[in-house]
Amino acid sequence: MQITVRLFLAFRTGRFHTKALECAAGTTVQQVVRDLRLPETDLGTAIVNGREVELGEVLAPGDTLLLFPLVGGG
Amino acid sequence: MPDADVIRQFVATRLDGDLLPWSGQAAVMERFGLSNAESEDVVLAAGILPARYSRNRQMLTTALQLKLFRSRVVVVGCGGLGGYLIEELARLGVGHLVVVDPDTFVEHNLNRQLFANASNIGSSKVTAAALRVESVNPAVTVHCVARAFEAGDHSTLAGADAVADALDEMPARFALAEGCRDLGIPLVHGAIAGWYGYVATILPGDRTLHQLYNRHGGRRGIEAQFGNPSFTPAVVASLQVAEICKILIGQGTLLRHKVLTINLLDSEIETVAMD
Repeated sequence: MQITVRLFLAFRTGRFHTKALECAAGTTVQQVVRDLRLPETDLGTAIVNGREVELGEVLAPGDTLLLFPLVGGG
Repeated sequence: MPDADVIRQFVATRLDGDLLPWSGQAAVMERFGLSNAESEDVVLAAGILPARYSRNRQMLTTALQLKLFRSRVVVVGCGGLGGYLIEELARLGVGHLVVVDPDTFVEHNLNRQLFANASNIGSSKVTAAALRVESVNPAVTVHCVARAFEAGDHSTLAGADAVADALDEMPARFALAEGCRDLGIPLVHGAIAGWYGYVATILPGDRTLHQLYNRHGGRRGIEAQFGNPSFTPAVVASLQVAEICKILIGQGTLLRHKVLTINLLDSEIETVAMD
């Protein structure tokens, strides 16, 4: 199935802004994060179709997944 | 307090064009026995603009300058973001600033914290903020709160027209957001790490922080890897000040239900819809 992944800020470095990804049915957000070699501890949020989700969220065809790094400094 | 007509009559011979220079405002203070803040209020209320705000006037009417002066903004955190927030809000003419930070300056603050200098390492951040504001805009009143913001601290936030999140840890940020929600106060969020940052305006009930930081788990973010250079807090804090100004004057479009993502490494600034 195809999903769209959008990466933000530091996550783009060496990767992409927006990409259509082919993945197996039943793929979870966590699997995408791992496939992209994004450290889970750096993840601030994963948003699927406008809704924040847990890593175990199962993706569906046509989903848009946004991955934001955790930025906490002040 | 002297009324508007009395003020207008007194300053008539002391104006520079239609602006009142410091010397004129000082004369008002002396003649009527007023403090800096009191003189600022009566002068603005009389429709007269202090000369030091002349470069605001194409964007802000004297009435709006008075509105800013009668506003109260709480800045929670007086470090990287906080320094720029306080400096710019004071220069803008926001009349009451509550500045909150338990810390004293340490050497590594010098790379980015506006009020840190070689001679005040070891001294209180809120005290430094008050001293700086006194020197750049003595009409502004600074209330120093030399303790960490904690959940349930309504007294620090009470009466604020806007609150700036200049914190550096997630649980405190969420506690601050809850306090602002409970008191019905707009919150302008800012976060930085290396080349990167986020800005968002959160009105009571908005879920933006919950959406953007859903997986924070109380952890530090990528600032642990990237650190914080001099320019990123300045950029993010300035955006926060612009949001606060818009909230106070009731103009413009706020960063509400969205986050402004700042990527200075690749020179990209992008707004993303949230909640």
